[in-house]
Amino acid sequence: MSTPGDNGSGETARGDVLLEMKGLRLEGRVDEAWTEIVHGVDLTLHRGEVLGLIGESGAGKSTIGLAALGYARDGCRITGGQIFFDGIDLAAAPESVRRRLRGSRIAYVAQSAAAAFNPAHRLIDQCTEAPVRHGLMSYREAADAAQDLYGRLHLPEPRTIGFRYPHQVSGGQLQRAMVAMAMAAKPDLIIFDEPTTALDVTTQIEVMAAIKEIVEQFDTAAIYVTHDLAVVAQMADRIMVMRDGNLVEEGLTRALLDHPDEEYTRALIAVRQLRKEAEAPIAGQTPILQVEHVTAAYGDVPVLHDISFEVPRKRTVAIVGESGSGKSTAARVITGLLPPVSGRICYDGTELPANYRKRSRDQLRRIQMINQMPDTALNPKHHVRDVIGRPLSFYLGQQGTEKEERIRELLALIELEPDQYIDRLTTELSGGQKQRICIARALAADPDLIICDEVTSALDQLVGEGILRLLIRLQDEFGLSYMFITHDLATVRAIADEVVVMKDGEIVESGAKNEIFQPPHHEYTELLLSSVPEMDPDWLDRLLAKRGDEFRDRGI
Amino acid sequence: MKPIQTLRKTRKVFRTAPPTAWFGMTVILIVLIAGLFAPIVAPYGETEIVGAPGLTIGGHFLFGTDQIGRDILSRVIFGARNTVGIAFITTILAFSLGLVTGLLAAVLGRWADQLLSRIVDILMAIPSLIFALLILTMTGTSIVNMVLVIAVLESTRVYRLTRAVGMNVGVLDFVEVAKLRGEGLWWIIRHEMLPNIATPLAAEFGLRFCFVFLFISALSFLGLGIQPPTADWGSMVRENATLISFGLPTPLVPAAAIALLTVSVNFVVDWFLYQTSGLKD
Repeated sequence: MSTPGDNGSGETARGDVLLEMKGLRLEGRVDEAWTEIVHGVDLTLHRGEVLGLIGESGAGKSTIGLAALGYARDGCRITGGQIFFDGIDLAAAPESVRRRLRGSRIAYVAQSAAAAFNPAHRLIDQCTEAPVRHGLMSYREAADAAQDLYGRLHLPEPRTIGFRYPHQVSGGQLQRAMVAMAMAAKPDLIIFDEPTTALDVTTQIEVMAAIKEIVEQFDTAAIYVTHDLAVVAQMADRIMVMRDGNLVEEGLTRALLDHPDEEYTRALIAVRQLRKEAEAPIAGQTPILQVEHVTAAYGDVPVLHDISFEVPRKRTVAIVGESGSGKSTAARVITGLLPPVSGRICYDGTELPANYRKRSRDQLRRIQMINQMPDTALNPKHHVRDVIGRPLSFYLGQQGTEKEERIRELLALIELEPDQYIDRLTTELSGGQKQRICIARALAADPDLIICDEVTSALDQLVGEGILRLLIRLQDEFGLSYMFITHDLATVRAIADEVVVMKDGEIVESGAKNEIFQPPHHEYTELLLSSVPEMDPDWLDRLLAKRGDEFRDRGI
Repeated sequence: MKPIQTLRKTRKVFRTAPPTAWFGMTVILIVLIAGLFAPIVAPYGETEIVGAPGLTIGGHFLFGTDQIGRDILSRVIFGARNTVGIAFITTILAFSLGLVTGLLAAVLGRWADQLLSRIVDILMAIPSLIFALLILTMTGTSIVNMVLVIAVLESTRVYRLTRAVGMNVGVLDFVEVAKLRGEGLWWIIRHEMLPNIATPLAAEFGLRFCFVFLFISALSFLGLGIQPPTADWGSMVRENATLISFGLPTPLVPAAAIALLTVSVNFVVDWFLYQTSGLKD
C-alpha cells in the first residue's frame, strides 16, 4: 500500500530489514502424500543481526533456514508465503535470479563439512569458486581474500593451508574452512545449519569463536540453526524457538533465557539440569568388571595403551573423552569384538576369553550393549516382538505365552504401550522409541552389566533426557551396572557414580564423580569441563577472555 | 485382521501399477498359459508337418509355416514351454549357487571370500558365450549339460551382487548385536541379512532370467542348445533364417517372441524395484 508520498520513512525501515518471511508454508512428501511441515512462519532479520533458530528434529528449523536461500530440499516444496531478501521475493523469483544471489549475497554453511566439501579438490579452489563463478573477483583476488579469511578464522598456516585437500585437515579446521568458503564473496546473509553439532566440545569452541568473531568483523547478518540452546545463546542477538513447524516463542536472547513465556522453552532451558547423587561402591564386593592393563590395536595402529579400570556392582562408570580417545574401542575389547594385544578382562572375578566367539552363552548374556545409533542397531525388517523376543528364547528358552507376557512386561517397563507397539516394525518408531526398544532388548537378556555407547548423542536433548531417566530408574529397580561411554559432560553429571577421563587411548584421570568435578582438575579434564556451553550468553566471551592468548597462540 | 490388511495393500499396489507393468504382466501370463497348456492351446503338433514349406503370415496358418512346412504358431507355443521352462530352471539354479556362495563370502570374509572371489574372477574373465561353447563342445550338447554350464556362468553375476549388498548389511550394528548375542552363522544369514537384501536380489532375478533366456536362445541359434526337432525360439530363428532371403517375414515371429518376453520381464522388474526401493521420491 505504499504511495510515493511516504517514501521517506518507509525507505529507512526497508533498508534496515534484510530478510523478511511472511506466512511461510512448506510441504514435505511423506508416504506419497504432501504434508505441511512449516505452518505459516513470519521471520524478520535486520542487517548485521544474528538470529538463532532453535528446536528439536522435525521442528522445521533447517527447512526454514534453507528457505532463506529460496531453496527447498528434495521432497519439500514452498507452498505459501513470501520470502523477501533485500526487496526480492525469492519464492516467486525465477531460478536464475536465485542462483545469482546464492553464494554471492546469501551463503550456507552445512552441518557436516566433511560431507559438504568435495574430497577431490583443494580447499582454496573450493573457497574461490563462488566469487570467481559469480564474476565478483579474479582467481588471484579471491585466493588472496581466502588466505586473509583463513587468518581471521585462526586456521594454522593461513597462506598454505588452502592447498591441502579436505581429508588433510581436522574436522574443526574443515568446518572453519567452510565458513571461509561461505564468507568468500562477502555475503549479506549466512545460514549456519548446525555448524558445530558434529564436533567435540573442545573443537566446538574454536568454531563458535571463529564464527562469532568473523560475523562481527564483516557485520554480516546470519541465521544460526541449532538444537542446542546453550550454543545459540552465545551466538545470537535474537532467538526463535520452533516446534513442529510452528513458532513457539521469539525474543532477544537475554530476555528469552531469563523470562521464557512458554512451557516448552522452559523445558529446553532446563534440559541439562538432570543430576544424580553419586554413590560410593559397596565395600567388600568384587567389581562386576575389571579391565586390567589392556593394550589394543587395529592392525598396526595402537588405540589403547595400558588401560585399567573397574566397574563396581550396581554403579555407573562414565568413560569420557573426545572422538578418537579410544573409549568405544574399550567397549569393543570388553565385549570381545576386538581381542586385546595384552591385558585381560575379568568378569565377576574370573577372566573372560578375549574373543567373543570363545565365550559361553551365559557369559555373553551377562554383558549387554546398547549402541549409539538406534537406527542401525535394529533390523529394519523385524517387528518389535521379534527384537525383544529373540534374547528371551535364545538365552532363557522362553516360548509361547510366557515369552509373549515377558515381552509385554518389558515394553511396559520402557514406558511404551504394549498393545500399540508390539506389532510395529522397527522402522515405524521414532529415534527415542527405537533406543527404548534397544534398552528392552538388552534387559530381555537379564544382564548384570550394560555397556551404553553414546546412547543419547543421536537423540534430541529432551528425548535423550527421558532415556537417561529411564536408565537410572532401571538401575535402581534391577541393580544393574552401567559402563557409560559419552563425550557429553552433562550426561556424565546426570548419570555417573565414577568417571574415567580418556585421551589418545590413555586414562588421564579417574575417580568418583564428585572428585572429578571438583577442582583441582587435571589439565585436560579442566579443558573438557570448561568447554561445555552454558546457557549464559556471556559464557563464550568470558571463556575466550580467560583462555586469551593461550588459545590464540596454539592456533588450533 | 492381518491377512486382510495385507490383501488390501496388495490390491492397492496392483491398482496403482503403471501401464507398462500391466503390459508386462499380461505378456508373462499369456506365455505361462501357452507353455503350461501347449498341447491344448496349439492348433497343431510340435513336429507335425501340416502344409507346404515357407507359407507367409496371414494365410490359413496365422504365422505361416517354416522351412519344412510345420505350423510356426504351434511351434512358438511349444517353444514357450521348452525355452522359458529351461530358462526358469537354469535361473533358479544360478541363483541358489550365487546366493549361497555370495552370502558365505560376505559373512565369513577373509580366506573364504578370497577363494570364492578369485574363482569367480577367473570364470568372469573368459567371455561367457565362448566359455559355454568350449565346455559344451567338450562335454557334448545335452540339455542337462547346457543348464549346468549356464547356471554356473550366470551364478558368478549373482555372487557379485549378493556379496556386495551382503557386505553392506553385514557391517550394520544389528548384525554385530546378533553376533554378540552368540547367534550362529546360519541364523544371522537367514534372519538378519536375507530380509534386508531381498529387494535387489528379486530385481536381479528378473534381469538374470532375461539374460539366461537370451543365452539359451543364442546357444540354440549357434546349434549347441536345444536340439531339433524340439521347438525352441532361438533355434527356430536359425532354422528359418534362410527364408528371409525369399522376402518372408516368418523368421521374425520367434525373434519377436524373444524380444517381447524380455521387454515384458524388464517392465515388471522396473515396477517392482520402484515399489520396494526409495525410488518413489
